[in-house]
Amino acid sequence: MQSRYSVLIISITALVYSVAVLGVRTTASAADSPASISGEVKFQGTPPKPTRIDVSQDPLCAKAHSTPLTTEDILVGPDGGLANVVVYISDGLSTQTFQPPQQPAVLEQKGCQYKPHVLAVQSNQKINIINSDETTHNIHPSPVNNREWNMTQPHGMPLEKSFAREEVAVPVKCNVHPWMKGYIAVLKNPYFAVSDKEGHFSLKDLPPGSYTITAWQEKLGTSVQKITVGAGENKTLDFTFKQ
Amino acid sequence: MSNKSGLIRRVAISILIAWNVAGYAQESHVGNLVGNARRGKALYQRYCIFCHGQYGDGRGESAAYLDPKPRDFTKAAFKCRSTPSGSLPLDSDLYDTITRGIHASGMPSWKPLLRQERADLVAYVKTFSPSFQEERPGAPVEIPPEPPPSTESIQRGSELFQSMNCWSCHGKDGRGNGPSAVSLTDSKGNPIKPFDFTSGPTFKCGNTDRDMYRDLVTGLDGTPMPSFASATTADQRWDLVHYIRTLSTANRSGHILQVKGR
Repeated sequence: MQSRYSVLIISITALVYSVAVLGVRTTASAADSPASISGEVKFQGTPPKPTRIDVSQDPLCAKAHSTPLTTEDILVGPDGGLANVVVYISDGLSTQTFQPPQQPAVLEQKGCQYKPHVLAVQSNQKINIINSDETTHNIHPSPVNNREWNMTQPHGMPLEKSFAREEVAVPVKCNVHPWMKGYIAVLKNPYFAVSDKEGHFSLKDLPPGSYTITAWQEKLGTSVQKITVGAGENKTLDFTFKQ
Repeated sequence: MSNKSGLIRRVAISILIAWNVAGYAQESHVGNLVGNARRGKALYQRYCIFCHGQYGDGRGESAAYLDPKPRDFTKAAFKCRSTPSGSLPLDSDLYDTITRGIHASGMPSWKPLLRQERADLVAYVKTFSPSFQEERPGAPVEIPPEPPPSTESIQRGSELFQSMNCWSCHGKDGRGNGPSAVSLTDSKGNPIKPFDFTSGPTFKCGNTDRDMYRDLVTGLDGTPMPSFASATTADQRWDLVHYIRTLSTANRSGHILQVKGR
């Protein structure tokens, strides 16, 4: 009886091991030669001057800033790089579904502004929403493909949310503080990035293939390019927006 | 021949099953009433179409003249619910709204219609959005017994009205004239006014203290009014209800209590 059990246990262990080894092999072979696309998003022309925001209606917001708050809808770096542009694969991946990452994304309300101003997440990825301000905010996304909700959040209250369907991008606002505007881009695949202050972005660990890459900016719209990357290739792709 | 009749029978049965499945999605259940979308459609075309439109998108012929705008049923976001913010309403929530009407809007009370007719309308309204077939309504909000109003409760409510930034929209005196009031829009971008609590003891989603408590928990979806579900405790919500009652100059509910300094 015991020997029969041990045979069973050995065979199960062997099975588990072989599956594990096979699993590692397949991921390793893909990881051997991942492709990547990186580049810069540029703003062509004279960048618009950010507008001053009057936050005096809420003294708790006003006292968080020594210099006046300004609009963030078009942020151009010193070398013409455009920040807060969502760059993502909009076509070319097989119909496979991607599991959301375990790590939650973080959206912070600080100084009565959204940090980051544009957040990109995967569909069903948890978003940890934090209010670091002394004042009370309400966080109110107005999606088209997802369901709308609207929650009051005093300082320190935990709040975790997610969006089920792809949407670039869900506008988020605080009705209490009307100048507070941000965006949450919800993507169905993990290959996306938001351009940094200098306009740089990179899409890493791509499977080789031909892709349509879309760049989205909240005020300037979208720009679409096609690109083919082979195994292990690192290609450059730049986008240009103008007003 | 027998094969052929067998095939016909099978096809007939599957059509019947499909009919039933589709039929269930087009029903409403309110108490003992079972609403029927087909009957609801006829009623809708007679009574509702002028504002809410043929496609239920709130773009009927009269919509241009209304403020606030008629509800867009294709979005499946409803002001008056007993379910959490961002979730579908119960059938009974839609039934109650049709029955009650919405104060300070173009939506009248449809109490003159039969109860069965109102349930039929609920069934039809639900067909405008696929959400009702894809999702379940949220769990209804639990409303604990109301503690008796007291000067202390009203005082605490007054402080919460300040710290929760209710005044930003509703104004320091509850007149709907807070600093953010002018910036407010509904979820379709139409301007919308925050509620003026001094206008009287009549509210959008019902006039009892329990209704007000529920509104604080659920928020009014599609409008800037957020949910205070996690932001406040049950006692704090009752404090807010007691305070808001004092803002109404026409308060006949017997709740008027003097607060020091007011």
